[in-house]
Amino acid sequence: MQNPGDALKKALLAALITFGLSFPIVALRTDTNLSNQLVLTERWSLAFTLSGIAFVAFLLLGLVRPAGDERATPKTARSAAPPHPFTRYLPRIGLAFLIAYPFLAVAISGSAGAVKWIDNFGIQILIYILLGWGLNIVVGLAGLLDLGYVAFYAVGAYSSALLAKNFDLSFWLTLPLAGILAAFWGLLVGLPVLRLRGDYLAIVTLAFAEIVRLVLINWVPVTGGYAGISGIPRPTIFGYSFMPGPDNIATALGLPASPLYRLFFLFYLALVLALAAYWVTTRLRTLPIGRAWEALREDEIACRSLGINTVTTKLSALAAGAFFGGIAGAFFSTRQGFISPESFTFMESAVIVAIVVLGGLGSMVGVAIAAIVMIGGTELLRELDVLKAVFGGEFDPAQYRMLLFGLAMVVLMVLRPKGLVATREPTVRLKPKVARGAPAAE
Amino acid sequence: MRWISDPLLTVDHLSMRFGGLVAINDLSFSVGRGDITALIGPNGAGKTTVFNCITGFYKPTSGRLALTHGTGAPAGAIDALTRSDLRRTRGANPELFLLERMPDHEISAQARVARTFQNIRLFPGMTVLENLIVAQHKTLMRASGLSLAGLFGLASYRAAERKAFELARAWLNVVGLADRADDPAGDLPYGAQRRLEIARAMCTNPVLLCLDEPAAGLNNRESAELTRLLRGIRSQTGVSILLIEHDMSVVMDISDHVVVIEYGVKIADGTANDVKNDPKVIAAYLGVDDEEVAAAGGGVP
Ligand SMILES: Nc1ncnc2c1ncn2[C@@H]1O[C@H](COP(=O)(O)OP(=O)(O)OP(=O)(O)O)[C@@H](O)[C@H]1O
Ligand SMILES: [Mg+2]
Repeated sequence: MQNPGDALKKALLAALITFGLSFPIVALRTDTNLSNQLVLTERWSLAFTLSGIAFVAFLLLGLVRPAGDERATPKTARSAAPPHPFTRYLPRIGLAFLIAYPFLAVAISGSAGAVKWIDNFGIQILIYILLGWGLNIVVGLAGLLDLGYVAFYAVGAYSSALLAKNFDLSFWLTLPLAGILAAFWGLLVGLPVLRLRGDYLAIVTLAFAEIVRLVLINWVPVTGGYAGISGIPRPTIFGYSFMPGPDNIATALGLPASPLYRLFFLFYLALVLALAAYWVTTRLRTLPIGRAWEALREDEIACRSLGINTVTTKLSALAAGAFFGGIAGAFFSTRQGFISPESFTFMESAVIVAIVVLGGLGSMVGVAIAAIVMIGGTELLRELDVLKAVFGGEFDPAQYRMLLFGLAMVVLMVLRPKGLVATREPTVRLKPKVARGAPAAE
Repeated sequence: MRWISDPLLTVDHLSMRFGGLVAINDLSFSVGRGDITALIGPNGAGKTTVFNCITGFYKPTSGRLALTHGTGAPAGAIDALTRSDLRRTRGANPELFLLERMPDHEISAQARVARTFQNIRLFPGMTVLENLIVAQHKTLMRASGLSLAGLFGLASYRAAERKAFELARAWLNVVGLADRADDPAGDLPYGAQRRLEIARAMCTNPVLLCLDEPAAGLNNRESAELTRLLRGIRSQTGVSILLIEHDMSVVMDISDHVVVIEYGVKIADGTANDVKNDPKVIAAYLGVDDEEVAAAGGGVP
């Protein structure tokens, strides 16, 4: 705990700075009136509100945060503390909740209201969990900063869409193919950048993602350019489809028509894909290849002295991460039925990296929580009319989504600099954790 | 004089230049099979650079580094391998390796040379046990069928994994870290980290163990323990040890063979007794550190 006097001083300073910043930007605002003249609107109360928020926030932060700065402790100390018991049961509780989620949504908000909750929240979040877990292999385990992960998402989405449309392949075939093609591109990007580390690797992957996007925009005959690809075939089960038509599954089973069947199907499909990614990754972590990834993150030179081929190790991490990106892309394209380059901007990469960092590098559960908080949070912001009460009538929360999102991230990183779940569960123990109960699933 | 009668590693006319700086200049010496060999010299003499050349971290400017896995290589076998453009023999008995032609990870995995670092390089966030399992990567990777057999938990892989754990546990007992097995390696005290790094290197099953200043930063009691540990390792496993060390009491106590270099040039080579009375060695250490002169010249300080 910080000295209250210090905290007060800091809070006052923060309020002052906020006021100084908001004075020209917020308090004084120019609008054009009907006769095209500039008029000055004064919004002092808003500026004071913002300063007040900064004051309270910093005061609380100063009082709550331990004085010894957490970031100053060595990185290695992080796994010393036993995991919080809640973290241990979280995977199971979370899984039970996810399985029940669509039914809960229908039970609580009715079949019409549930569409939004299953589609915008449930499925959307599951896609990002899948992406987060894929990138977690590259960034969290192998320690390779990949800022262009969206490229593999795009490769997966476009290749599955093109394969389905041009060659009439079923979704169940294009799904693994999309993953394999993305993994192949992962290898291809990996080859030239293997000698690069840290920042350089980040820049090259960033450039690669941009190249992929530009190719998608400009290779019009194949990708349709800005117009993208529409009419992507929807998945079917045993020949039955979830779209209106003669082979609709509900009609065939004699059930009343409803869009919910399709959403339930997509939700559980995404859940199965995410769980498969979870299973494979946790499994890989305890295999030599997974341990080599983590060792690579810890010390590359030591790896080389132990006979680990760092080239193939890095490539395998990039390929494994890209594979899940490709799978997520294939799912995305069949869910939307339409894809365009717009869905694969740098912003997407940034969000996925943010999810992994915020979750706690390497922690599967942390990444899942971060995906729920970040994606669910931004979706929720569309809904929050409450904020209008604070910021005035013309405030549209949806427009400030990214701003609030950024703010939330800063606050989280200040409070938990190592991510939501900062403990690392060893891949093997000499002595079973008798004292701490059952081994964690992670 | 095993370094003459039965050399494990022969360093021939090794030179390493960094731009204009000549770190090693035409250096030749050999490491006897089963010997503990010390490489000593003042700061900046080029000792670590020799290690980096042997373990493939640097590619030497010129020279040859030949390693044999057993006795009785036919005369001229190394020269024949040098003339070919191969980096190693395949199926010969004993196998020969030209380290200067091999990438670092193959030197560890195939030629079986292990090393530690002057500034310890563990995997600090991973546990002590995990550090030792990672060292067995090559064996486990093969057993896991490039991870596929491992992914589905095949029995053959599980057996290999059990053996790896047993080996790790055995080494933990040797270096006295069994009760810290599940702690992050970075949390260990300094001396324990040094011992863990040695155990990790031994888990790769090396024929040559290169230790870069293993006693640096240790107190007298710990240094004495280290000497005992190294002797024990050598007698238990038969591994040959090449060590760089500034602590002359450790060097004189433990070494069968001492090679002294200064400014990248060899100035003395022989048994500990020969070397410590060599006027060139005394001169080299003069003006470096009084304590070390006393040690090199007149025994234990
Ligand atoms: N990568 C490098 N690039 C340039 N110069 C180097 C490099 N590595 C070593 N050197 C130089 O080579 C010389 C020998 O260095 P080296 O580290 O081998 O000495 P050392 O004998 O291990 O010394 P110490 O006892 O201090 O560890 C030094 O002058 C050093 O600056
Ligand atoms: Mg050195």
